[in-house]
Amino acid sequence: MFSTVTGGEAAIAAAHELLARKRRGDSRVAELGVDQVREQLSLAVDRVMSEGSLHDPTLAALAIKQAQGDLGEAICLLRAFRTTLERFGETEAVDTPSMRIRRRIATTHKSVPGGQLLGPTYDYTHRLLDFALMAENEDLPPDPAVAVAEVVPATLGALEGNALLEAALAAADDAEPGDITRDTITFPSRRDVRLQNLARGEEGFLQGLAYSTMRGFGRNHPFIADLRHGEVEVELQVPELGFPVCVGEITLTECQTVHRYPGDAARPPQLTRGYGLSFGQCERRAIAMALLDRAMRANEFNEEAEFPAQDEEFVLAHSDGVEASGLIQHLKLPHYVDFQAVQQLLEKLRASWPPRPQEFPDDSE
Amino acid sequence: MRRDARRRPAGLHTPGKATTVSDTTPPPRAIEPRESAFNPDRLDRRSWISTLALAPLTDLDALWDGLADKPSFLWLKAPQRGAAMVRARAGGTGQKFNLGEMTITRCVVQLSTGEAGVAYVAGRSCRHAALAAVFDALLQREDEMDGPIRRGVERLAREIAKRRRRVANEVAASKVDFAMLVQEAGR
Repeated sequence: MFSTVTGGEAAIAAAHELLARKRRGDSRVAELGVDQVREQLSLAVDRVMSEGSLHDPTLAALAIKQAQGDLGEAICLLRAFRTTLERFGETEAVDTPSMRIRRRIATTHKSVPGGQLLGPTYDYTHRLLDFALMAENEDLPPDPAVAVAEVVPATLGALEGNALLEAALAAADDAEPGDITRDTITFPSRRDVRLQNLARGEEGFLQGLAYSTMRGFGRNHPFIADLRHGEVEVELQVPELGFPVCVGEITLTECQTVHRYPGDAARPPQLTRGYGLSFGQCERRAIAMALLDRAMRANEFNEEAEFPAQDEEFVLAHSDGVEASGLIQHLKLPHYVDFQAVQQLLEKLRASWPPRPQEFPDDSE
Repeated sequence: MRRDARRRPAGLHTPGKATTVSDTTPPPRAIEPRESAFNPDRLDRRSWISTLALAPLTDLDALWDGLADKPSFLWLKAPQRGAAMVRARAGGTGQKFNLGEMTITRCVVQLSTGEAGVAYVAGRSCRHAALAAVFDALLQREDEMDGPIRRGVERLAREIAKRRRRVANEVAASKVDFAMLVQEAGR
C-alpha cells in the first residue's frame, strides 16, 4: 500500500523535541508524577491496563504520562511493552466468586442476599462540575463511615436456583483455553477466545455495538443480574515448588447479565447468560462485554446472526483498538507513489468518459 | 484431583508425570469456595509465601531492618521481570479463558546454611522479590519455627486480614435499600 521513504532524520528529531516540550506544558506548573497519575487518575489507568492487556498500574500510569493522556497511544505503548516480557506461566483461574467486594449491585431484585453495595460510584452523582476540586486541597475527605460487612454470596444472588435461568456452566470443562496473543482466531470461534478478544477490545467499539443490540439491532433484552468489583488473589503454579502460591491481588470488575430467550425445539423459554470481566474498575466495558458475549452466542441458541453485534467475524476482527489505530494512523505516512498511480488511472478513465453509446452490430455484409 | 494437589506438603518440586485428563467426561464440579493460598490462621509454606507476596514492600523492609542477624545468600536465580497470563472462568465458574497478562518478578536464593527460598511477586519490584525469597528461606530453618521472623510474618498476615476487614466494613456503609413506589392496581 505505501512505499518506503528515507531521509527526514533531522526533521523527525526536531519533531520529537517539540513533542517533549508540548508534553511538559507550561514549566511554571509542577510536573505530573507517575505516582500521581496512578493514584488520582486510576480509572484511566484501569482502562489502559485492560486494553493494553497487561496488569501493572505503575507502567500504565507511565504510559499515560508519556502519551500526554492520549489513552489510545498509552494502550499502544503498554501493549508493545507486553510483548517484551517473558511469560512465566498461566495463573490458576481467578476465583471471582470469592472476590472481596468493593461494590456490588443486582438490578433484577430489590433485595438480594448480601445486599446492594453502592461502593465508590459515579452513579447517582449530579454530573455537575465540582468547582471545589479547582482549589488544590490537601485535606483528605473525612474517614468513611463503617458498618459491619455481611458475606456477599458468590452467586447471582436472588436469581441463582431460579428454574428459568440457563444452567451454570460446568467447571469440569478444564480444556486449555485458546490464546489470541499466540494463535490467530479461526471461525466459528470458541467462547473462551471471544472473551479474551472482548476483554482487551476498544471500549468505545464495544460500547457502540452493545448499544446497537439494545436499540434493536440484536434483540438482546439484557438485565444486569450482578455487577461487582473488588479484589481477587492471583495464584500461580510455581515450577520450583510444585504447588500454586498467591503472587498478589488484582482488582477486577465482573458483570453477569441475563437475557430473555424464547426457546427453541430443544430448549424451553429461559434466561440466558452473558459474561464480562475486566481489570480494574471498568463497569461500562464489563457490561458492554457481557452484552456482546451473549450476542455472539447466537449460534449456540439457534438464533439467526443478522446484526453486526451478532456477527463474530465482524466484531472480533475489528474490536482491537491497537490494530484499528494502526491502520487508521498509517494513512498519515507518505503515499506518494500510490497516489500517483491512482491519479494516472483516473486520468485514463476520464479520457474515455462519458462512454460513447454502443451501436447494434450491423449484420449486412 | 487438583484440589488434593493443592494440599500437598510444602517442599521443592520433584519433576513427575503430568496429570492427564481422563477420556470420560467428569461430572460437573459443585461450586464451592476454593481454599485460598493466603491463610493468616495457618502459616505453612504455601501461606507464608503468599503473605510475603501480598505484604507491602515497606513492611518487608521494616522486617528486614529489624533483623539482628542478617543472613548472607547466593542467587540461584537472580531477580527477573516477566509476566503471567491471568486466567478466569466464563460466568465465574465455567469455561476457562485468558483475561490478560500481569507483570511478575521472580527469584530464587540460597542461604549459606543451605535453605533455598523462592519468590514470585506481582509487579516489577526486584527488592520485593528478593526480600520475599530470603524470608521464605529463613522460615524453613528449624530454629526459626518460633523465632522473630515467623512472628513477624504472622503479624504481616494479620495486618493484611485487618486491612481487608476494614475495607469490607467501609463498603458496608454504602449498602442501599431503594424504596419502590408501586402504583396500586385498581385506582
